[in-house]
Amino acid sequence: MTQGLLPLKTQKGGSALSGANKLTMSSQLLTVERLALKYQSGNGETEALKNISFSVSEGEYISIVGPSGCGKSTLLSIIAGLLEPTAGRVLLDGLPVDPASGGIGYMLQRDNLLEWRSIYKNVLLGLEIQGKLTEESREYAITLLKNYGLYEFRDKYPAQLSGGMRQRAALIRTLATRPRLLLLDEAFSALDYQTRLSVTDDVYRILRKENKTTLMVTHDIPESISMSDRVLILSRRPAVIQSVCETTFSDDRTPLRCRGDSRFSTYFNFIWKELDVHE
Amino acid sequence: MNKEFLSSERRRYLKEQKRRKRMILLTQVLIILLFLGLWELLAQLGVIDSFIMSSPSRIGKTLLNFQNNGLLLHISTTVAETVVGFALGTLIGTLLAVVFWWSEFLAKVSEPFLVVLNSLPKVALGPVIIIWVGAGTEAIIVMALAISTIVAVLEMLGGFLATDRELLRMARTFGASRMQSFLKIVLPYNIRTLFNSLKVNIGLSLVGVITGEFLVSKAGLGYLIVYGGQVFKLDLVMSSVIILAVLAALLYRGVLLLERLVVRRLSHTS
Repeated sequence: MTQGLLPLKTQKGGSALSGANKLTMSSQLLTVERLALKYQSGNGETEALKNISFSVSEGEYISIVGPSGCGKSTLLSIIAGLLEPTAGRVLLDGLPVDPASGGIGYMLQRDNLLEWRSIYKNVLLGLEIQGKLTEESREYAITLLKNYGLYEFRDKYPAQLSGGMRQRAALIRTLATRPRLLLLDEAFSALDYQTRLSVTDDVYRILRKENKTTLMVTHDIPESISMSDRVLILSRRPAVIQSVCETTFSDDRTPLRCRGDSRFSTYFNFIWKELDVHE
Repeated sequence: MNKEFLSSERRRYLKEQKRRKRMILLTQVLIILLFLGLWELLAQLGVIDSFIMSSPSRIGKTLLNFQNNGLLLHISTTVAETVVGFALGTLIGTLLAVVFWWSEFLAKVSEPFLVVLNSLPKVALGPVIIIWVGAGTEAIIVMALAISTIVAVLEMLGGFLATDRELLRMARTFGASRMQSFLKIVLPYNIRTLFNSLKVNIGLSLVGVITGEFLVSKAGLGYLIVYGGQVFKLDLVMSSVIILAVLAALLYRGVLLLERLVVRRLSHTS
C-alpha cells in the first residue's frame, strides 16, 4: 500500500471505503453495509448505530476507536452474528455471517477460560462446540500451544497462569478454530499496563505470523495506532464513522516500535482531534 | 513434602495447627461424655425420672437388644425411604431447574407458585397425600419429595441463572447451542451449587420421611418414635432419636464423598 504520510479524512457519516477502494472487490473478506441498530428497552428507544459501512480485505488489521458508550462493542457483536441489526447487513466472503459456521473468531475482553478445565482442554473448547474436534485439529491446537509458549503449561489450570498467558491461551482457543476473520473486543483492557504492552506485542506477532485478518475494538488510541493498518473513528451515539486514519510504518513494524516512530504522534493528534472529546 | 526441607518455624507452625485440631476434637468428645455422664448420674441419683427421661445406660441396653426389638428393620426402612426420596427429589428438582433455565417464560410463570409452595408447610398436605397415593410407603416418599423438591428447584435454578454471563457469551461466540452452553458451561460451573443443594436435600428428605412415618407407617424410625411415645417406652424414643442423628451425619458424609469423587473426575476428564 502506498498511502502518504498524512492520514486520509473522509466526510462525516460517509462511507469509509477509502483504503479498500484501491483493492479489487474479490479481496474483500468482510463487507459491512449500512448497518443500523436501535435498542428497545423499558425506558425507550436508543439509536446505537446509524449507517455504518466499511470493508476489510484479507490480511488487514483494522482498529475501531470511539468515545466510550458509542456502540463499538455492539458493532462487533453484530458482525459476529450474535446480534441482529435493525437495518443493513454483514457479509463474510459474500455470505451472511453465522456464528456456528466458525468463519469468525471473537475474542472478548476477559479471557473466559473455564477454571475446571486444563489449558489444553480449554484450548479445545471452540473446536468441541463447533464439532471440529479431529486428530488434525488437535494437532493444530498443539502446534499453536508449542509455537506460543504454552505447551509446557497444557496440563495446568487457568488459575495457575499469569494474566498474559491466560490471554494467550484464550487467543489460541479462538485461533484453533481457524477463523477467517478475528474480532478483538478490548481484548487487552483487563490486563495491567506493562503486561498489556508485552501481550499486544505478543498477539501482534502471532496474528501476523498466522496471517489473520483482524478487526479490533479499543478505547486506547496508542494501541489502535501501534497495531493496525487502518483506524476507524466512530462518533458519539448514534455512531457513524467519523473518519478513517491510515497508518504507515516500516515493514518490520511491531507495536512497540511503532510507538517510537516519529509518525506516531501525527496519527495520535489526528485521532484525538477527530474523537472530539470536549464537544 | 520432605521433612528436611521444612524450616523450624514451619515445623512449629504445623505442630501448632495439629495441636489446635486435636484440642477441638477433644473438647467436642468431652462435651458429649460430660453430657452423657451427667444424664446417667442424675438418673441414677433419682434427680430425674428415668422412666420419662430415659438414661444412657437404658438407651445402650435398647441399642444392644437390636436383635429382639427389630431396630435393624426400622433403620433399613427409614434409610431406604430416605435414599429413594432423595434420589427422586434430586432428579425431579434438577430436571425442573433445567426446564426453567431453558425457558425464561416458564420460569416467570411458575415463580409465584414456587414461592407459595416453598413456604407452605408440607405436613398440611399429609391427609391429601394419604388419600391420593394410599397409606403406605408411597405416601412417605411423596412427603419426602414434597419437602425436598421445591427447595432443590429454587436452589439449583438460582445457581444456573447466576452462571457467569461472560462465559456464556464466550460459548456463543463459538456458535454454541443452548444445549451445549448448558452441558459445557452451566452444569460444570454449578457443580458446587449442585452438591450444596444435595447436602440440603439429604437432610430435608430425612425430615420428609420421618414426617411421613409419623403420619402413616408400619415400620421405620419415625414409626418407632411415635409408637414408643404412645406406650411410654422412652428408651425406644431416645434410642431412635440418637440413631437418627447418626444416620443424618452418615448420609451427609455420603454426599460429601460423592462430591469429592465427582469434582475430581470432572477436573481430570472433562
